[in-house]
Amino acid sequence: MSSPDLSAPKQMQERHTEMTSNQETSGTSPSSLASVAAARTTKAPSAKRLGTGLEAKGIHAWFGTNHVLSDISIDFASGSVTALIGPSGCGKSTFIRTLNRMHEFIPTAAMAGEVLLDGKDIYAPGTDVTKIRLKIGMVFQKPNPFPSMTIGENVMSGLRLSQLKTSNKDDLIEECLHRAGLWNEVKDRLDEHGGALSGGQQQRLCIARSLAVSPHVLLMDEPCSALDPGSTLKIEDTIAELSETMTIIIVTHNMQQAARVSDYTAFFLSDGGPGEMVEYGKTSDIFSNPRDKRTENYVTGRFG
Amino acid sequence: MMSINTPEKKIPTPQKPWKPSVAERSQSIAVGVLAALASIAVVALTPMKGLLPFLILSGIFAIIIGYLKGLIGRGSTTAKNNSVGVLLGLGMTIALIPIASILHTTISRGYKGLHWGLWLNDMSLNTSTDPIAEGGLYHALVGTLIMVSIALVIALPLGILTAIYLTEIKGRFARPVRFLVQAMSGVPSIVAGLFIMSAIVYPITKTFSGLMGALALSILMIPTIARTAEEVLLLIPNDLREAGVALGGTQWRTVAMVVLPAARSGLVTAMILGIARVVGETAPILLVSGGGDAVNYNPFTGPMGSLPFYVWKSFFFGTEEATTRGWAGLLVLLSFVIILFFLARTLSTKKVKR
Amino acid sequence: MATSEIQRERRPIPAPRTITTEPRLSDKVFRGVVTAGGLSSLLILGLIAIFLLYQGYEVLVEEGFSFITSSAWEVITDEYGEVQSYSFGIAAMLVGTLLCALIAVVVAVPIAVASALFITFYAQGKLKAFLVAVIDLMAAFPSILFGFWGFFILMPKAEYWAMLLNKYLGWIPLFAVDDRIFTRPPFLAGLVLATMIIPITTAIAREVFDQTPLDRIQAAYALGATKWAMIRNVAIPYGRGGVVGGAMLGLGRAMGETVAVYTVLNIVYQINWQILFGAGGNVASLILLKFGEAKPLEIKGLMAAGLALFVLTLLVNFIADFIVRRTGSKGR
Repeated sequence: MSSPDLSAPKQMQERHTEMTSNQETSGTSPSSLASVAAARTTKAPSAKRLGTGLEAKGIHAWFGTNHVLSDISIDFASGSVTALIGPSGCGKSTFIRTLNRMHEFIPTAAMAGEVLLDGKDIYAPGTDVTKIRLKIGMVFQKPNPFPSMTIGENVMSGLRLSQLKTSNKDDLIEECLHRAGLWNEVKDRLDEHGGALSGGQQQRLCIARSLAVSPHVLLMDEPCSALDPGSTLKIEDTIAELSETMTIIIVTHNMQQAARVSDYTAFFLSDGGPGEMVEYGKTSDIFSNPRDKRTENYVTGRFG
Repeated sequence: MMSINTPEKKIPTPQKPWKPSVAERSQSIAVGVLAALASIAVVALTPMKGLLPFLILSGIFAIIIGYLKGLIGRGSTTAKNNSVGVLLGLGMTIALIPIASILHTTISRGYKGLHWGLWLNDMSLNTSTDPIAEGGLYHALVGTLIMVSIALVIALPLGILTAIYLTEIKGRFARPVRFLVQAMSGVPSIVAGLFIMSAIVYPITKTFSGLMGALALSILMIPTIARTAEEVLLLIPNDLREAGVALGGTQWRTVAMVVLPAARSGLVTAMILGIARVVGETAPILLVSGGGDAVNYNPFTGPMGSLPFYVWKSFFFGTEEATTRGWAGLLVLLSFVIILFFLARTLSTKKVKR
Repeated sequence: MATSEIQRERRPIPAPRTITTEPRLSDKVFRGVVTAGGLSSLLILGLIAIFLLYQGYEVLVEEGFSFITSSAWEVITDEYGEVQSYSFGIAAMLVGTLLCALIAVVVAVPIAVASALFITFYAQGKLKAFLVAVIDLMAAFPSILFGFWGFFILMPKAEYWAMLLNKYLGWIPLFAVDDRIFTRPPFLAGLVLATMIIPITTAIAREVFDQTPLDRIQAAYALGATKWAMIRNVAIPYGRGGVVGGAMLGLGRAMGETVAVYTVLNIVYQINWQILFGAGGNVASLILLKFGEAKPLEIKGLMAAGLALFVLTLLVNFIADFIVRRTGSKGR
C-alpha cells in the first residue's frame, strides 16, 4: 500500500470491496476490527523520520473550575499512528489541543502536567510557542482553508505566516499536494481559490498545508467526520503514508477507522467527571483482547 | 499503561503556564522605561522641547527597542510581532487622549458654573456679565425636553414602522428602504435644518419656533431608531412568529401582540439611542428655532431655547461669566448623554436574559 | 402484468400550484400602514431634494456651472438696499469641505484601525469591556462639545504644531504657507473632525474584526503564526471591506459637520490647498455664518449650497455602501 495512486479507480474499488466484505461477513465485532488492524502491513523504518516523538506526562485540563481531563500520560513513539477513541465529551479533543498549545486560546483554560517534544517541555516558561506549532501541526474537524488565498497560496500559507524561506516554491507545493493525495485533482488549477473545492478536497488541502512546514507530529481532530466515505478512505491512505516521516495522533469517533489506520489506540472515558484514559495499547490488542471491561464494552458497541 | 484502579491521586493545581511570567513582564516594563529614558536623552540634547516630542520619541523608541528585543531573543517574526503590539497599543492610547481631555475639560470648567438655581431660573433677567450664581438654564432644559418629545412622537412610530416593514413584511422595497435609511443617517444636520426652513418656515410660518426644530430633529432621529429597532426585531426568534400565526392570528395581531412585546426592551433602547442622538444637535436649531432667554412653553410660536443653543450663545458672548455658563451647559448636556448611554446599555444587556 | 418486466404507469408530474391567500382586511390595512411608514424615508429624502432644489433653483440657473467653480460670494446692493448684482460660488467651500474631511480621515483611520485591532485581539476581559464602552460612549458625544473643546483646548496646541510642521516639512507644497498666519487653518478643523470620527470608525472596524471566523484564526495559529502574522493574513483581509466602509461613513460625517468646526475655521472666499494656512471654510459653516443676516436672495444661494452638500454626502454614503457590499462576498 505504499504510494497508492489514488486516482486509479481499480485500487479504490478493491479496497472498497475488501472493506464491505469485512463488514458483511463478521459485522463490527472486535475480532473483525482486530483482523483489520492486523492486516495493516508493517512499515519498513524510514531514514527520513522527523523527531523523536511526543510524550504527555500527567496532563490535567480545566475550564475555569471544571476539571475536564485527569492525569493523562501517553508516550507517542516516533513514526507511530495513535488513535484516541471514546464516546463524545470525554475530553479527547481537549487533550489533543493541549499537545500543540491550542488549549490556551480559551480564556478560562488551565492545565497541569508536561508535554515533551524531543525531551523538552513545550510549556516551559520562555518557550517560543510559534516554533512549537511549526513542529506539531494540526488538522481540524471542519476543513478550514483560507478562502482569500489560491490553492497554491494555501499550501504555502504556513511558510508565509512564519516568514520561512524555501528554495523552490513550486516543488514544495507539488510535493505536499502529492503526499496529501490531492495533486492530480488540482494540478491544473493551483491559481483557483480554495473555496471552490469539495469538502474532502478541502481537507486534503489542509493536510498539504500542514505538511509544508515539515512538522514532526501531526495532530488530527476527527478529520473525516464531516466528509463522505470516499474522501475518508483517501485520507486514511494518506495517513498511512505520512506516518513514515512523522508521528500521527488522530482523534476519531469511528472505531473501524481507528482499527484501519492506527498502530496504537488510547481509550478515553468520562463518568461525568474529568475524562480519563482507561486503556492504552497496541490497536490489535485493544480490539481483540482489551484488558479493561469498559474498553471491551465500548469496542463491542455496547455503548457509545 | 494506565488503568483507573490506582488509589486516589492528588489533583495538581490548575496553572496557566502561557501567561507572561514575572521575568517576561519585567522585561516588557524595561522596554518602556528604556524608551522613555532614550527620549529624555534626545530631548535634552536637541532643540526639541516639550511634552509632545517626548511622547512621540518615546513611542518611536518603544517600537524600535521592542523590535530589537525580539530580534535578539527569537528572530524577525517575533521582532515584528513585538513592534506591532507596541504600535497598536500606542494607537489605542492616542484614541483615548481626546476623550480624557474632553471629559476633564468639561468637568473642570463646567463645575464652577453649577449651582442650585441652574435648574430653576432662566436668563431673561440676566446679562452676560452677571455673576454665575444668577440665572440658569431652565429655559434651555424645557426647550430641549419639549423639542425632543415632539421629535420622538414623530420619529418613534415612523422608525418602528420602518423596522417592521424590513423585518416582518419584507416587501419588495426592502432593499431600497434599507439603503435609504442608511442614506438618511448620513444627512448632515444643517441640511435637515435647511429643509425645514425651505419647506415650512419660508413659505408658511416665517418665524422661529420650537416645532420647526423638533421636525428637523425628527429627521435625524428616524434612521437611528429604525436601525436599532431592526436589529432588535431580527433577534426575535421566528418560532414566536410561527406560534402566533399557527394559533390563527392575523399578521398584525402577531406583530402587535407577540413580536413587539417580546422586543420591548430593545425598542426602548432604540428610543433612548434616538434621544441621545439629537439632544446635542445644534445646527438645525440655530437655523429654525433660535432661542430666547425666557422660558417658552409653546412650541408653535416664538423662539425656543435648548441646551445646545444656550451653550452656543453663552460662548459667543465672550465674557468670563458667560464662558463659565457655557461650560456648565456643556457639562449638563454631556451628563445627559452619558446617562442615556448607560441606560441604553443596561437595558440591552438585560434583554439577553429574557 | 403478463410480461416479465413490471411496467409502472408513467403519470405526468403536475406543475406546482400557486398558493394564494386573501389577507383579511385588518392585515391589508396593517400592511398598508407599515409600508407607508417604511417608505417615509424615501418620502423625506425626496422632499429634501425637491425643496432645496425649488428654493435654490433661481440661483443655480443664474450661476450655472460657476456655482461650483467660482469662489466669490457676495451680494452688491445700492444705497437703498436694492440688490444690483450678486455672485454665489462655493468652490472655495467645496474644496475646504473636502480638504478638512480628508485630513480628518487620514488622521483618524490609522488610529481607528489600530484601536480596533488592539481591542479585538490584544485586550481581554475587563479592559476590553471598558475600552468598548468608552469608544461607544465617545461616538455619542454631541458635536458642539468637540467644537468648543477644539477651540479652547486644541487650537493653541494645533497652531504650534502647524508652525512646527511648516518649519520642518514646509518644502512639501501641502505644508507651505504664503503668509505666516497659522490661526484656524484647515489642519485644525481636520484634527477636530478626526477626534469626532475616530470613535465611529473604531466601533465599526471593531465589529467587523470581531466577526473574523474563528476557524481561520485557529488554522493560522496552528500553523505557527504570531499574533501579527495572523492579523495580517486573516483578520485584515477579512475586515478590509468593512473598514473601508466605516472610513467612508466617517468621511461623510466629517463633510457635513457644522458646529464642530465653525469655531475653528476661518472662512475665506478663496480656494486654499495649504492646510497649515489660516484660510478655508466648508459649505456647512458658510451656511451657518451667512443665514443670520441673509436677504431672501442670499438665502436661495444658501439653499443651493445646502443642496450641493446634500448630494455630496449622499454620494459618499452610496459609495461606502457599494464598497462594503462588493468586498463583502469575495474573500470572506
